[in-house]
Amino acid sequence: MDLLTVTGLSKAYETFHLNDINFTLPSGYIMGFIGRNGAGKSTTIKAMLDMVHRDAGQVSVLGQDYFSNQLKLKQIIGVTFGAVDYYEKSPLRRITSVVRRFYDTWDDAAYRGYLERFELDERQAVDKLSAGMRVKYGLTLALSHQARLLILDEPTSGLDPVSRDDLLDLFREVIEDGDRSILFSTQITSDLEKCADFITYIRRGEIVASCDKDDFIDSYRLVHGPTSALSDGLVETLIGSKTTDLGFTGLIDAGSAHLAAGCELSVPSIEDIMVYVERQPKGTKR
Amino acid sequence: MDIVISPTSDQPIYVQIAEQLAAQILRGDLPEGTALPPIRTVARQLEVSVITVKKAWEELTRSGLIHATVGKGSFVAPHSARELDQDRDKTALDRLAKDLPFFRTLGLTEDEFVRLVRRVY
Repeated sequence: MDLLTVTGLSKAYETFHLNDINFTLPSGYIMGFIGRNGAGKSTTIKAMLDMVHRDAGQVSVLGQDYFSNQLKLKQIIGVTFGAVDYYEKSPLRRITSVVRRFYDTWDDAAYRGYLERFELDERQAVDKLSAGMRVKYGLTLALSHQARLLILDEPTSGLDPVSRDDLLDLFREVIEDGDRSILFSTQITSDLEKCADFITYIRRGEIVASCDKDDFIDSYRLVHGPTSALSDGLVETLIGSKTTDLGFTGLIDAGSAHLAAGCELSVPSIEDIMVYVERQPKGTKR
Repeated sequence: MDIVISPTSDQPIYVQIAEQLAAQILRGDLPEGTALPPIRTVARQLEVSVITVKKAWEELTRSGLIHATVGKGSFVAPHSARELDQDRDKTALDRLAKDLPFFRTLGLTEDEFVRLVRRVY
């Protein structure tokens, strides 16, 4: 069962085009949404949710058209945009009492559980919270109405490594029963290596890849070798590379790895892939 | 059942999981009929993605070591002693075939390689 399907989503600004965004997230999985600053991650999320007006495209949630059933479908969607930064002088309790009214399925037991888990004090005002605590409060609100689909923009930024690890544990718990899915954008790609099932990679407003994470990583190889091994054929095939006096490192399609004779090959990290794909000359499309 | 994942291994994680379970089945540590834990639980506990565990299970199913029953999960498949020996030899040979190119690059002859194996085995 597909929980979320985005088809042909486009939005043109004067200096930036979000162009034909397509991806699908089945029920019970975690999808990591990656791309550089300004690549279009937040714009995609906002256009999907109708927070900015799209020029074209469809979004369906549990098979239903999102744009014509927003009120109903928002009941089963939980969203955060980083840290809570509104009503800064209000205690959390007051903000919660407003938010909960919007949801028929508000689950107070779950809410209390997350407050405790994140060590949040309801009596505190937002402006007394650390950056990490503001993120956690935002997640608490998103998680407390039995949402099936969680859309989280940079949920781990601002969190220390231990809190991030706790949060990834929580994500795995959330999807364990197979009924819920999480789409989250992040710059911390190692978090995705630990928990994502799918990767959607956006570059300059276009999707580079949207697939199974293991397949995504396995479709590339890192090549390390002496500069003498840089044959013309290899140079043409390299997706991006860095050369020094001591040799070169570059990224290559796994299918072209045989061209890298005399070089060391290794499996790249998601970060390696991004670094080299982004180093391609402008206008190159993959 | 034990699974230890090495983040620095050059084997994909799903292969590591499948190989370790295969070894435990072939050694008889996981006897016929043993129920494997649910894929999603294993994924959470190993801190890997659900799809990674799924692939490991598929690998084990393909090699006939486990079988899946819809709605009930996966179980260690029945095996005769001879089949187990064959599977064990095949698993060992697959691994050797993968590692041999490395030893060849060191310029070892077959005899030298066998002698080295005897020394450490």
